[in-house]
Amino acid sequence: MAHPQKSIADMSIGEKGVICCFQDEDMSLKLLEMGCLPGTEVKMSNKTPFGGPVCIKVSGYALSLRKDEAATIMIR
Amino acid sequence: MKTYAKIALVGNPNSGKSSLFNQLTGLNQKVGNFPGVTVDKKTGICPITPTTSVQIIDLPGTYSLYPKSLDERVVMDIMANPKDKSYPDMVVVVVDAASLKRNLLLFTEIRDLGLPVILALNMLDVAKDSGINIDKSLLQKKLQVPVVAINARTGEGIADLKNTIAQHIPATKEVTNGKVHSFIDASIFAPEVVGQIKDVFGVHNDYLAIQYAHQAESLPFLSLSEKEQIEQLRQKYNFKHSLLQAKETIARYERIDELIGQAIREEQKEEKEDLSTKIDKVLLHPFWGYVVFFTVLLLMFQAIFAWASYPQDLIDGGIAALNEYLQSVLPESMLVSLLTDGLIAGIGGILIFVPQIAILFAFIAILEESGYMARVVVLMDKWMRKFGLNGKSVVPLMSGMACAVPAIMATRNIDNWKDRLITIMVTPLMSCSARIPIYTILIALVVPDTTVAGFLNLQGIALMAMYLLGFLAAIFSALLMKVILKAKGRSFLIMEVPVYKMPRWGNVGITIIEKVKAFVLEAGKIIIAISIVLWVMASYGPSDKMERAEAEIKTEKPYLTEEALANEVASRKLEYSYAGHFGKWMEPVIKPLGYDWKIGIALLTSFAAREVFVGTLSTIYSVGSDTEDTETIKERMLKETHADTGLPVYTPALAFSLLIFYAFAMQCMSTLAIVHRETKGWKWPMIQLFYMTALAYVSAFVVYNLLK
Repeated sequence: MAHPQKSIADMSIGEKGVICCFQDEDMSLKLLEMGCLPGTEVKMSNKTPFGGPVCIKVSGYALSLRKDEAATIMIR
Repeated sequence: MKTYAKIALVGNPNSGKSSLFNQLTGLNQKVGNFPGVTVDKKTGICPITPTTSVQIIDLPGTYSLYPKSLDERVVMDIMANPKDKSYPDMVVVVVDAASLKRNLLLFTEIRDLGLPVILALNMLDVAKDSGINIDKSLLQKKLQVPVVAINARTGEGIADLKNTIAQHIPATKEVTNGKVHSFIDASIFAPEVVGQIKDVFGVHNDYLAIQYAHQAESLPFLSLSEKEQIEQLRQKYNFKHSLLQAKETIARYERIDELIGQAIREEQKEEKEDLSTKIDKVLLHPFWGYVVFFTVLLLMFQAIFAWASYPQDLIDGGIAALNEYLQSVLPESMLVSLLTDGLIAGIGGILIFVPQIAILFAFIAILEESGYMARVVVLMDKWMRKFGLNGKSVVPLMSGMACAVPAIMATRNIDNWKDRLITIMVTPLMSCSARIPIYTILIALVVPDTTVAGFLNLQGIALMAMYLLGFLAAIFSALLMKVILKAKGRSFLIMEVPVYKMPRWGNVGITIIEKVKAFVLEAGKIIIAISIVLWVMASYGPSDKMERAEAEIKTEKPYLTEEALANEVASRKLEYSYAGHFGKWMEPVIKPLGYDWKIGIALLTSFAAREVFVGTLSTIYSVGSDTEDTETIKERMLKETHADTGLPVYTPALAFSLLIFYAFAMQCMSTLAIVHRETKGWKWPMIQLFYMTALAYVSAFVVYNLLK
């Protein structure tokens, strides 16, 4: 399988993806608890200007995270 | 005292836990502290049958037993320690049915600790609307705990929940001692460590044992040597904290999927956007989102200024009338003066701020209840981060415009210590309501009451400018601290954005009562204590000169009317008092700012609480301290001249210098006391006192000399 190249931070509004893995161990612990599990579908719903936090839909609810935090979640 | 069975409420943030707590206890709740930490402990007594009552303990909202913030740590501290005073006899886990899977994570963790649990399934209606149908009885069978459907907003199912609690309370002991079926087998992750901890510490539960290994450092009930022992075990068996925690979380979710798979049925609806997503298209819009936010802020300002003035005038008049009445019926004595000028004036000084604080927290509570505040955090995070703050600093900074005391308490949900500390340090720079009387009189003194550009009042603009100045000082101080302070831990934002809902007015009301109570009790006791000290300083002097003041004035100005005489005597007495001596003693220090010893007295008296400034000035300028009438004081201040030069004292330079001084100076003992409590030491409040005073002094000096 190809190495994942794209993260949630790269998604555009309305785009969907499936979480494949995390690039940051610390962050992944928190994200797992929040229901961001590998294999879960996410959808980008909002972005704030100048690289501010983004909002995604995951496991049936809305989650906001900073752009650099979103960049640690890889999608396929 | 009667002992009640203890029922802990646990759940994710936004799961409706607070609403349930309010439903169960109503106004019958108490806010205290968990021992050793400054996290609020809310408890309340709830009658569950006509004959039995239980104690409900509201624990901070959390997503798991692995804490990320101070608040969340409390949950683990209590659940892991059966000897804790708050250790529950039973736990009610509140879950949001709309995101059941994520909510059940915490439930399985608590259940695996061996605690008797009832699952309160909240917001089934919301779940149904988004196409999620839950088979309650199947869920109950699978999870093997009582499941009760509730609606914490309407109160539906609450009676059912009470019954279920009542039925299961006597069974408590049997359940805890017996084998509880656990969701996952914690021992497989680190069999040796779990086994050894069970042996050494006498822990019966596998999951608790592994939690000892995960969280030894932060568990308050373990001794230093016990923590070392665990550390050695971890090294011996190569215990990988992060990896094991991740494995556990994934294993739990897999198990949850297995269990609830059949009980939950999701209708594959058309890709329909829910209401919240639609609203967010506007409220989180890169442009309109900010427009809406600033409009909300403006509205809040308007409310604080325009609406609060009516109840404030009532309180002011009431206190003055009470004092006048007491002075007229009671014989003139030192004790009566202590009661009226010291104690009642002090209480009045506190009550006068209640309307503004209530209105501001009504706003904040509505914004939080409706779910909008989470959007504000998202919108502002990027900007706040540039200044060393964080999106969650917005609420404290906004609250700081009413009173820094509850504002600083509101920083507790900022999980990163550095961000939280900086927020605490700069919040008192936001112009609080106690500064308004000072701003008003000084602005009235030097800024003309004219209209510019057709509708803008110059004095209004000046007042706005003072608020802006406070805000700018706050963020730039934050920027400086961001550079100086060393980071401690990483900062996360990862945060649930709740769906929009109608605020529950009961919850809003309870929040207002709570915040006002915090202000009155926390700030109040200090303001009263200091007003008494100040009363002593202003009423007694080092020699008998004070007693002679009346005779002195009678010989100097025999023509005075009785009232004018009384005012002059009061002024002269103040000059001869300890406070007067102090003012003269500090005159050299404040002279560069343009202040004389009279203003020095006012600076001293307003150290406890800024608003005392105006009252002190009216005493000094002998217009009588009962006159809270701005016009009279203003007239008198304008007439004040320097004794040596004959030039007016209140030049624009001096007024602006004073304005700046009051905007920046840390003249609030209550805030220092709260900072001491929240940072657990005197280091930070002292630094805060020093830097704010320095900032105030230097800025006032610069302003005075530029305008002189």
